[in-house]
Order: sequence, then structure tokens, then C-alpha cells
Amino acid sequence: MQSSAIAWEQVSKHYAGTTAVDDVTLSIAPGSFVALVGASGSGKSTLLKMVNRLVEPSAGRVTIDGADVAAGPAPALRRRIGYVFQNIGLFPHLSVAENIAIGPRLASDPPADVGGLLERVELPRALATRMPAELSGGQRQRVGLARALAPGAKLLLLDEAFGALDPVTRDALGQRLRGLHDELGLTTVLVTHDMAEALLLATRVVVMAAGRVVADETPAALLHGAGGPEAQALVGVPRAQAERLAGMTV
Amino acid sequence: MSGFLDALTRVPLLLAAHVLLAISALALAVLIATPLAIWSARNPRVARVALGFASLVQTIPSLALLALFFPLLLSLSALVGGGIPALGFLPSLLALTLYALLPLLRNGVAGINGIDPAVIEAADAVGMTPAQKLRLVEAPLAAPVAIAGLRTAAVWTIGAATLSTTVGQPSLGDLIFAGLQTQSWSLVLAGCFAAALLALAVDAGVGLVERGIATRRQGLWIGALVALAMGLAAATAPLWPRGDDRRTVVVGAKNFAEQYILARLIGERLEHAGYRVEYRDGLGSAVIFGAVAQGAIDVYVDYAGTIWTNEMHRDDVPDRAAMLRAIGEWSATTHGVRLLASLGFENAYAFAMKEGDARAKGIATLADLAAQSPSLRLGSDLEFLERPEWAAVKRAYPFRFAATTPYSPTFMYQALASDRVDAITAFSSDGRIAAEKLRVLTDPKHAIPGYDAIMLVAPDRAKDDRFLTALRPLAGRIDVAAMREANLQVDREADKRTPDQAARWLATKIGL
Repeated sequence: MQSSAIAWEQVSKHYAGTTAVDDVTLSIAPGSFVALVGASGSGKSTLLKMVNRLVEPSAGRVTIDGADVAAGPAPALRRRIGYVFQNIGLFPHLSVAENIAIGPRLASDPPADVGGLLERVELPRALATRMPAELSGGQRQRVGLARALAPGAKLLLLDEAFGALDPVTRDALGQRLRGLHDELGLTTVLVTHDMAEALLLATRVVVMAAGRVVADETPAALLHGAGGPEAQALVGVPRAQAERLAGMTV
Repeated sequence: MSGFLDALTRVPLLLAAHVLLAISALALAVLIATPLAIWSARNPRVARVALGFASLVQTIPSLALLALFFPLLLSLSALVGGGIPALGFLPSLLALTLYALLPLLRNGVAGINGIDPAVIEAADAVGMTPAQKLRLVEAPLAAPVAIAGLRTAAVWTIGAATLSTTVGQPSLGDLIFAGLQTQSWSLVLAGCFAAALLALAVDAGVGLVERGIATRRQGLWIGALVALAMGLAAATAPLWPRGDDRRTVVVGAKNFAEQYILARLIGERLEHAGYRVEYRDGLGSAVIFGAVAQGAIDVYVDYAGTIWTNEMHRDDVPDRAAMLRAIGEWSATTHGVRLLASLGFENAYAFAMKEGDARAKGIATLADLAAQSPSLRLGSDLEFLERPEWAAVKRAYPFRFAATTPYSPTFMYQALASDRVDAITAFSSDGRIAAEKLRVLTDPKHAIPGYDAIMLVAPDRAKDDRFLTALRPLAGRIDVAAMREANLQVDREADKRTPDQAARWLATKIGL
């Protein structure tokens, strides 16, 4: 049996009065690009954050390459995992180069190749000396992505990473992400509420509702009607939009 | 103007003590507030308790906070078997430290809590340990706000440090308090200017550090920090050890002209005897006996009746000689304090009225005053109404004044002169009684005890022959007329003398 890059084993997360994640078991194969899709409050972000222990599960366990993530100290675990989120969180008092290099610096590894990483996310090398406040939103998120890749992580987690970007930047950055996923042989988990983004980028789409997995299909299968009513409701939105747009050109 | 220049010559030494005190208090407050602010930022319950306490401290008037440390440290010292000084640097340091906590804590917590949550999430997500997060993210981002708190604390502390004079710690407040008592505005101005300039300079220096950090200009904030540190170190230069191995003695004084003059008179004799002399002016009656008993001061002049009523808690009034004997025995056996000698004059509480007014109302005795008291207003010095003597006098004479108002002594005389009050509790050795043609009312029931001026010597000096020999010639030497004249030289409005000058005049006058 091929070992999973990530496996959730009967995990739940309860907050006072509510259940964010309800007994989810799911595994992700190495090298796959999985989109976790669902409405707000469906538990997809909570499920993602259990992987790098920004959230600790109330029950069950999470493994990476078969090893329990809770086994060692959280900082050491997180240094092996790239994490990009909507609000980016660049350190405002550090330059672009210092932001990107922070992971290897924390781990006392050899310094990051900042220029090379900037090129990977399609930013000019000259940006290295700038401060985050001088960058546009899209540039900042690219720096965030470069920072996540800097420690040589093979596992990349993205939590609504493109949610705050304009559609053009968003599309470009999505494609660059997919390119990086393929070039670097990453295992990528992308949390998004946008089914179109999931269908276009991912190799596998997991749909969540009310803390449970309600569909787990390939994009092609979803487009052919698989996955049940909740998944199809989400697929229906971009499809209807596309049909309306197609109709307007006539 | 020459008075102002004279006053300025006293500034360097006091400024040095002031800087040392304020900076020590600030440093201690930063040491306490920094971990507390970090803890508070992580734990709202701790924040409530810490900020609540600091706010509570802030509501206590700083003068009272300083004074409260005296009994506190005194009982603490008694508890551990002595050795904790209750006056001077320690109580001042503790009070000012507590006072500086609030702005440091509040801004520290605000600085940390004000950091964008996304930045904190990113710090966790890139794998920072809590210590790395604090050092690399929270500290640099909270620093500008926290340093703004340090600026506030620095200005407050430098200002409040002037009040430490009242607990026997030399500071720029020495000039202000002495100036207020003797109406030497040049002294007040010199003290205020020096304190204000110090506060402005430190504020500007820390402000530069703050700006340097906020705008991430390392050269600016490090440069400002170095300049600030060097400036403050230079300001304390007068306190650096000079290899002067003469023994230092401290002469204490309460807060009025006669005390300043007598302290200088005593100090000058001790200097002639080879001692290095420091002065602690402006001590309250309540703390000064404790100061000599603890050895915080080596010698001072008190008044028999004050010790009798305030320290020994006696309310009988024996004759003056018996009272002196009893005081000498009591102070030696209970505190090891030596009553070296009485100086020869008395400074008793003396109820006084304007001569014309007293004649018109037919008041000559305290009994007469009591009879008409419901239509009269009494002005007193700051402490008289709280003293046991006042209670004793009220037992003997049924006073029911329409109003009683405490003033600092100088203003008490002015209140009488400008008819804001009808009678005052003057001092019998005060030159202004004669100068302002006041009538001193007699005390037919002998309710007011004797107030012979006496020199009290700390236990450590009680057997120091050189010390005692230097002071013995003062015994019985100063008559009340000479003392009044010397007091008037300092207290009067025109042709004012400094206490130093008046002390030298007095020394010549009594033939020393």
C-alpha cells in the first residue's frame, strides 16, 4: 500500500457549542494537488490547519508520511511545511529578502536563495530590498508563496490564499502555483470556496459541508455530474456563469 | 539675578542625584514592566490585575506615595532586624518605580496586542518558537508604542522625583522646597528650570530612539541611545567617587528658614572639624526623628515640645528643664539618639494677631481668643492642626474657630497681613513677629509645652568625640533675639539673605 503524504484519521474539532470538523477520515497521496472546497463554516480551513498544528484536533490524529504530527514540537513540524493564507502576514519590519529567508534562518539552515525564489514566483530580483508596505497585494502574496517555499518544503498548504486578490492577479498566481506544484513535485492542499478555481487547478476536489466530507472526486467526474447534490450545487455556479457569458457573445 | 546665579551653583550636585534616582527608578520599572506586559498581553486576566494595580498606584498622590514608604520600610526593617533604610534613596526609588509602571505596562500591552493577527499567525506558521516570535516579531513591532510609554514614564518620573526631597533624598526638589519656604523665587526657578530641561532632554532623546525604531533607521536610534546614555552618565559626574576619604556626615533640616540656617551653622562647624558635609533639607517633622534614629542623618535640631508630644506621646507639661532631662533619657534608651545640648532659645508655637486688631478686640490671652473664636479665622502651618499640641490647646481652651486653614509658614504670615485670617500659630523665634508688629497671646493655663531647640545626634555619632567636640560650643549660645534676626534675614521680602549667609552672620554674632 502506498503511504499517504497526509492522512486525517477520524479527526474532529469541537469549539464551545459547535463542531467545526466532524469525524473526518481522508488521505492524500504524495504529489497530488487537492482542493478542499466548501462554504464558509464548512470546516475546510480547520481541517487544513490541523496539518501544521495551527489547530489541534479534539479527537483523532493527523499523520504526514505516516508519522503523527503531534509527536514532536510544533515549530519543527511547521518549518517543514509551506503555509500561505489570505492575509499573507508578511513581517512589516523585515525586507522582502528577510521575509523570504526567515524559515531557513529559524532552522539555522544555509541561507535561502532569495533571488531564485523571487524568480520562481515571477517577481524581479530587485524587489528583494523593498519593504512589504511598498508592494502591491499580488506582489505580497507572491512573496508569501516564496517564503512558504524557501525552506524546501515538499508540502504546501494554502488557506484561501488568493481570496483577497483581483481576478486577473488571482488567475495568474493560480497558474503559477500549479506550475510550481509540477516543477517541484509538491503535495499541495488548497482551501478555497471558489469551485471554478478548484476545478481548474486541482487533480482532486474534496467538498466539505457542516464539518464532513460530502464529495471526493476528480474535476472531470464533478463536471460529469458526480459527487452528489452539495457538490453539484457548487459546480453549478461557475457552469451557469460560463453559459450566461457564452450566451452574451451571440 | 545674582540670587538665581547663586542658586544655579547648587544645581549640578542635585541634578546628579536627581538623574541617578530617576534613571534607577525607570530602569527598575522597565525591568518589572517588560515581563509583566508580555505576560499580560498573553493573558487577559493577568492584564486586568496588573493594569488595575498600576492604575490604583497612579491615583495615590505621589507625595503621599513617597511618605507611605517611610512607615512601610520602617516596619519592614524592624521585622528583619534592622538595616533597611526608611529614608532617602530607597523609598524614593520604590515610590517612583511604582509610579512609572502604568505607562510602561499600558503601552507595552497595547504595543503587543496592536500587532496584526496575520503577522502573528505567519510567525507561528513559519515555525517560530515562542521565544523567537517574541524576539523577531513581537518585540520589534511593539517597540515604538512601548517606547512612547517609556517617554511618558520618564517625564513623570523626572517630575515626581522633585518630591523625594520630602523623604530625605537629595533632588532638584531641594531647591524648589527651600525656595518655597523662604520665598526665594530664584531657588524655585533654578530647581524648576533644571528639572524641566532634564525632562525635555530625556523626552527628546527617547523620542529620537522611538522614531529611529519606528522608521527602521538603526543609525538614528542607536546614536540617540548612546547620546542619551552618555549625557545622563555625565550628569551624574558630581557623584562619582573622587578619592576623597574624609568621612561624610549628613545634617538634617525641616522645612523652614530657622532649620536651614541652623543646619548650615552646624555643617560649617563640622567642615572645620574635617568632615565632608551633606544636607538633607525639607524633612517633615514626622520623619526627621526616625531619620536620625536610623542614622540616615547624623545630626539635626528639633524642639523639646515636638519630641515630647509627637514622639513620646506625652500630654502633661512639666517645666522646661525637667522636660529636657526626660527627653534626653528617653531618646538615649529607646533609640540610642543623643540629646547633645540645647541651643539656648525656644521656638514655641505662639498664637499671634495683628497688634491693632488684638487691641480693638481686647484679646491678650488664649482664653480671650477662645471666647471670641466663633467669629474668628485661624491660619496655621501645614502640620499644626494635626499635632497633639493642638489637641492639648483645645482641651485647655474651648476654641471654635469659624475657619481653620493650614498654610506653608511664609504664606501664613501673608494671610494674616492680608486679613484672610485673624490669628495665626506663629513661632516664637520668628523674626517676623517683631517685624510685622504682631501681638503674641499668653498661655495662662500652660497648655503649650516648652520648645527649647535641641541638637539630636544619631547613635553612630553619639560617641564620636571629634564630632561632638565640634558641636558642643553651640550649647546655650544662641539667644532668641539673635535667632529671630537671622530668621528675618532669610524670610523678609527685601534684602533677602541665603541660609548660608544668615548662618555665617549668626556665627559671628554669637562669637564663634
